Amino acid sequence: MNALTLFGLCGSALVGVGLYGLIVNPQPLRKILAFNMIGSGVFLLFGVVARRGAALGMGGDPVPQALVITGIVVAFSATALAVALLLRLHEATGSATLGATDGDGAPGV
Amino acid sequence: MSVAGAIFPAATTAGGFLLVLMLVLPVLAVLATLVLGGRHARTVAMLALPSGLVLAVMLGSELVQSGQALVYVLGGWAPPLGIALRADGLSAAMLVTTIVILLAVAVYGDGDFPMSAGARETRAPFMFWTLLLAVWGALNAVFLAGDLFTLYVALELLTFAGVPLVCLDGRPETLRAALRYLLFALFGSVLYMLGAVLLYGTYGTLDIALLAGLVRPVPAVVAAAALMTVGLLAKTALFPLHLWLPPAHAGAPAAASAVLSALVVKGSFFLVIRLWLDVMPGIITPLAGQLLAGLGGAAIIVGNVVALRQTRLKLLIAYSTVAQIGYLFLMFPLAAGLVAMNLPADPAVTGGLLQAISHATAKAAMFMGAGLIYATLGHDRIADLQGVGRQLPMTLLAFALGGISLVGLPPSGGFFAKWLLLTAALLTGQWWWVAMMVVGGLLTSCYVFVVVMRALVAVDGEKRPKMEIPRYREAVVLGLASVSFLLGLAALLPTDVVLIGRPVISAVGLP
Repeated sequence: MNALTLFGLCGSALVGVGLYGLIVNPQPLRKILAFNMIGSGVFLLFGVVARRGAALGMGGDPVPQALVITGIVVAFSATALAVALLLRLHEATGSATLGATDGDGAPGV
Repeated sequence: MSVAGAIFPAATTAGGFLLVLMLVLPVLAVLATLVLGGRHARTVAMLALPSGLVLAVMLGSELVQSGQALVYVLGGWAPPLGIALRADGLSAAMLVTTIVILLAVAVYGDGDFPMSAGARETRAPFMFWTLLLAVWGALNAVFLAGDLFTLYVALELLTFAGVPLVCLDGRPETLRAALRYLLFALFGSVLYMLGAVLLYGTYGTLDIALLAGLVRPVPAVVAAAALMTVGLLAKTALFPLHLWLPPAHAGAPAAASAVLSALVVKGSFFLVIRLWLDVMPGIITPLAGQLLAGLGGAAIIVGNVVALRQTRLKLLIAYSTVAQIGYLFLMFPLAAGLVAMNLPADPAVTGGLLQAISHATAKAAMFMGAGLIYATLGHDRIADLQGVGRQLPMTLLAFALGGISLVGLPPSGGFFAKWLLLTAALLTGQWWWVAMMVVGGLLTSCYVFVVVMRALVAVDGEKRPKMEIPRYREAVVLGLASVSFLLGLAALLPTDVVLIGRPVISAVGLP
């Protein structure tokens, strides 16, 4: 197994663990962390793709690197927005859960 | 499949600068609201949105005149190294729809989010006008982007603009709805990005036109298609990933609900069209199309039945959105079926897009009408709507016209869209989708009928409205509903605008 395959498998494992966490954990904060974990896995895969595309004497394909930077910025803003919402929710209700007591909420369909 | 370069020239075409202006104008407007501060946000929006309408109409007429897609290659770097903006008939139709609805929402929202010189500055109006412009910019980017990564960024911008609209008034239940919406959206976006990695890793480009000529049904590409589709379904709220939609759309202020339900979910749906019909028409199997439409069919039944059981008007309209999203996905097996029979996929594509446009206009009018009813009565309980017909006649007419378009009676846009889809279903022998559309229409007519009949019941004596509604707000709701009602007349147009500059979909993507 070479380094590239190892990184690829690590990325896939991160995505898998993150997906599991996102779906199974009921607390929003844990879901946000799980989302970041999937994000890290995807960025690692981008790195693998960049390395595989190395040609013309360059260390790697530059396009995926540009995509990763954009992706990190987007994931960062998403996390910031989610945490801000969670803090406001905690301020307003004293709890940070998505609990079932929706005033206007949908019946459990 | 014909060579992609023949359809989309790799150089900037005439009118290409319009594409840039469509992106730059909203972004500049958002920046201007932030720089000029809260008091001027409304003024900026009221200046920028009408100019946007002029730009969108210019873009549309340029497209019709030239008869081919408009392209702008950024910085002169052709794909795959550079990035191209493209506008075909689908983009132009959605651009015009978006700006028309946003203008109507702006006129309507002026009543809810005023910014008079004397009043104290508050946060909600400022955020409303800024986010309205941000949604507009993000949607324009979705409709014009020529590669899958720009589409990803545009879709994220759309989510970031849409989520705060849900919790403009800051009540705990709306905060919760917004957070749930954001978590679903993040789930969707990360799956989409994973698909994009796989595609880039396989072909070394994310440009839509280039990918269309390259994709083959190898495992990595099939996995990418599945991941991206599921991610987009979460953002579009297709059953069974619709759970976030009703509380979010029903809890938001009426003007915001109109934008969210009419436009924001259409952004990710547009991306599904791009993905299935433009990027990988060759590798979509009939079974995949049936599966996607099967989810759509389940959405139609579940959404309509649950809508019938609602006691609050805004929740009813929100569940109706869940059902109507289902209709949008019926176009995919129909398009695939037509292509498999070597027929042009035009009726399915035009029908699907027209369904999106007529639902957008009708649903925006219905949500805004529900907002006026709430303001007048002080509640939106369906059981206590008596007397609304006397107090808000124009609004009730608008609600009924919107409902007619959702049901699909002639000459509404919904009728023409369903007619095209029914034609495609009969041509390809997929009778079960015909049955689904008829049953869905019947269920829809039930709840529209219930609401309108309740509201028409006369009450003894004069009920005092909680709040006087200015006539112009009713007029703009009625105007938008009329657009949806008369959209069926698009059948009389000499050319099918939607199909201009689109690649001919054929089944020969396979080697």
